[in-house]
Amino acid sequence: MNKILLIIQREYLSRVKKKSFIIMTFLGPILMGGVLAGSIYFSTLDNEVRKILVKDEIGITRGKLKDDKNIKFIMTEGDLEMVKKDVIKNEYYGLLYIPPISDPKVLQDKIQFLSKQQPSLTMLSKMTNEIERELNNQLYLSEGIDPEKLKRIKSNVNIQTRNLENKETSSEATTAVGFVGGLLIYLFIFLYGAQVMRGVMEEKMSRIVEVIVSSVKPFELMLGKIIGIAMVGLTQFILWIGLTFGVTTVVSSIMMKDKIDQVTRTVPMNGALDANIDDVVKKNTSEDKIDKMLANIPVTKVLICFLIYFLGGYLLYGALFAAIGAAVDSETDTQQFMIPITIPLILSYIVSANIINNPHGPLAFWFSIIPFTSPIVMMVRLPFEVPVWQIALSISLLIIGFIFTTWLAGKIYRTGVLMYGKKVNYKELWKWIKYS
Amino acid sequence: MSSILSIQKVVKRYAQHTALNGVSLEIPTGSVFGLLGPNGAGKTSLIRIITQITAPDEGKILFNGMPLSTLHINEMGYLPEERGLYKKMEIGEQAVYLAKLKGLNSNEANKQLKYWFEKFEIQSWWNKKVEDLSKGMAQKVQFIITILHQPKFIILDEPFTGFDPINAELIKNELLELKKSGTTIVLSTHRMESVEELCTHIALINKSNVILEGDIHQVKNSNRSHTYEIKYKGNVISFTTALWSGYELISNASMGEINIAKVKLLHGNNTNQLLQTLLPHVEIESFTELIPSMSDIFIKTIEQSSSIK
Repeated sequence: MNKILLIIQREYLSRVKKKSFIIMTFLGPILMGGVLAGSIYFSTLDNEVRKILVKDEIGITRGKLKDDKNIKFIMTEGDLEMVKKDVIKNEYYGLLYIPPISDPKVLQDKIQFLSKQQPSLTMLSKMTNEIERELNNQLYLSEGIDPEKLKRIKSNVNIQTRNLENKETSSEATTAVGFVGGLLIYLFIFLYGAQVMRGVMEEKMSRIVEVIVSSVKPFELMLGKIIGIAMVGLTQFILWIGLTFGVTTVVSSIMMKDKIDQVTRTVPMNGALDANIDDVVKKNTSEDKIDKMLANIPVTKVLICFLIYFLGGYLLYGALFAAIGAAVDSETDTQQFMIPITIPLILSYIVSANIINNPHGPLAFWFSIIPFTSPIVMMVRLPFEVPVWQIALSISLLIIGFIFTTWLAGKIYRTGVLMYGKKVNYKELWKWIKYS
Repeated sequence: MSSILSIQKVVKRYAQHTALNGVSLEIPTGSVFGLLGPNGAGKTSLIRIITQITAPDEGKILFNGMPLSTLHINEMGYLPEERGLYKKMEIGEQAVYLAKLKGLNSNEANKQLKYWFEKFEIQSWWNKKVEDLSKGMAQKVQFIITILHQPKFIILDEPFTGFDPINAELIKNELLELKKSGTTIVLSTHRMESVEELCTHIALINKSNVILEGDIHQVKNSNRSHTYEIKYKGNVISFTTALWSGYELISNASMGEINIAKVKLLHGNNTNQLLQTLLPHVEIESFTELIPSMSDIFIKTIEQSSSIK
């Protein structure tokens, strides 16, 4: 028992002391913060105004198309061919051409947009919306409906989701929490599972393993390595979460300040004071709303389950990774054995997208019960109020699952780690498992 | 002499073949025991059973009269043939780690290591990594690690490979030193001259069976072929004629005036009778028994056991 602690200690310290660990630990959050900052920055950066010429032959849109921060509509009366030349000369982004057809029902399919570049989807939908609104107004008027009245009486449904305890819930926040949890487990299994595999291979290929297994049982060596690396992973994640939180707090507070500054600075210029303040206020309330949403997710339950699935999934796969490392003689031989391990992991990640739409369907149920996929899939399902018996069943099976894979891996490991120069296939592995 | 290790009818089977087929051996306390045999004979399998890396399928092993168990792991030192060290770990650090795995505490491990590093004059290696050392240097460190916890029982599998003659001599002297202090050493090697120099006992394993075992002098005695080398001056023909009955002339070579002949005694004749037969005919310069080398015994015994099967 004392010896397994020594192994865990070595595995842990030798990795934590490595330069790459320290660099990754600090670089990870900076990268994450950087990505966040970058995306905020680039979203504010796109303030190029694209001027679009509108040649409206019947005048239904005249003066009614609304500009936004990226699009400016300019009415033109010039000759069509001349206008086209202007577009070609790059003075304008494109030309919106509304032909002289008075029947809106016919016109709706005849409108053209000419441009050098393929317009973005947002730009197209903006133009579509603008024209659609005007055409609709025409149609309403021709049917004797007052568009203003229609706008006033239109309802705007916003369903509030509540659970049976009548607490407010939010599908968006739930989905995000589940998905992020699943993603973290997926990454952790791959990153640190591969480390277990490489660690075993290192010991095998440097030939130190026989010296060590004359002091400790091969199984203890394997288990010590798996546990040691798990602790490295946990350490790194805790540091990452802490540092990321710190970095993003700093970054977002700076960015936010910038934004507010920008808003207040632009206010006097375009005079739309009310609208902008409205925006800011709205933003604040929506942040409050997110906080409230998160508060209503079963946080403690999700957190405890996250830890269980995080470790359970890693232990289940870590043992298999150790077995692969022991079976092969070189990195290139690992490929054939990696595939069956990778498939359930990738599958559970792909299936997760589906499960978010139907978190209580049979697909979700089975994938969250089977130990090879449950760590990721159950994490995704969990915020959607999974029945306790299902969680209990899933966790029990996961525990049985990792005991089984560890036992299986132990057998492969014991034989494989002292076997050199042999090309190993599945038949051979099966022999090792059957043997003794 | 009592046995530190008593191996009784040990059988080890693998999926395709039997590695040990009822092997029994007594390893006397304080001996240097040569474990010999061709490649693939089952030596490594036997060693791995003794070091408890694997378990035998049948048979039992007693260590100092007690059934071999994990309690004995710390009393053994093992230098495997396939040996190495962590490439990226500092020498001193991993030596301490490996010593701790053998049950030493940090203080003892550091103290012992300091002693050995000074003795071998390699103190400057402490903070180096294995990848910066030559193969021979790494072997030296491995040897130290093997004996660091002062085991009473050491198994060395090809300990001299990778050493230059100076370092091989250094290791040999350490082994003699250990032997003097009462440590039992099992030496598995293909280098027969090391066996001649160091071993007090040997066992020869071939095709999963022990085919020769015992005190090295007894083994040599029982493998005497009663062949003598005679250097003489005189007529070759009369020398040959004199040996007509009761002796076999294996070879005769002339080196100028002196002839060197190899003669084997037949029908229980002794050396005095041989000399009496020869003295009237030639002038004898020297007369020596050709004692078989371990290498000869090795080859002869393996060939015999193979031809029986």
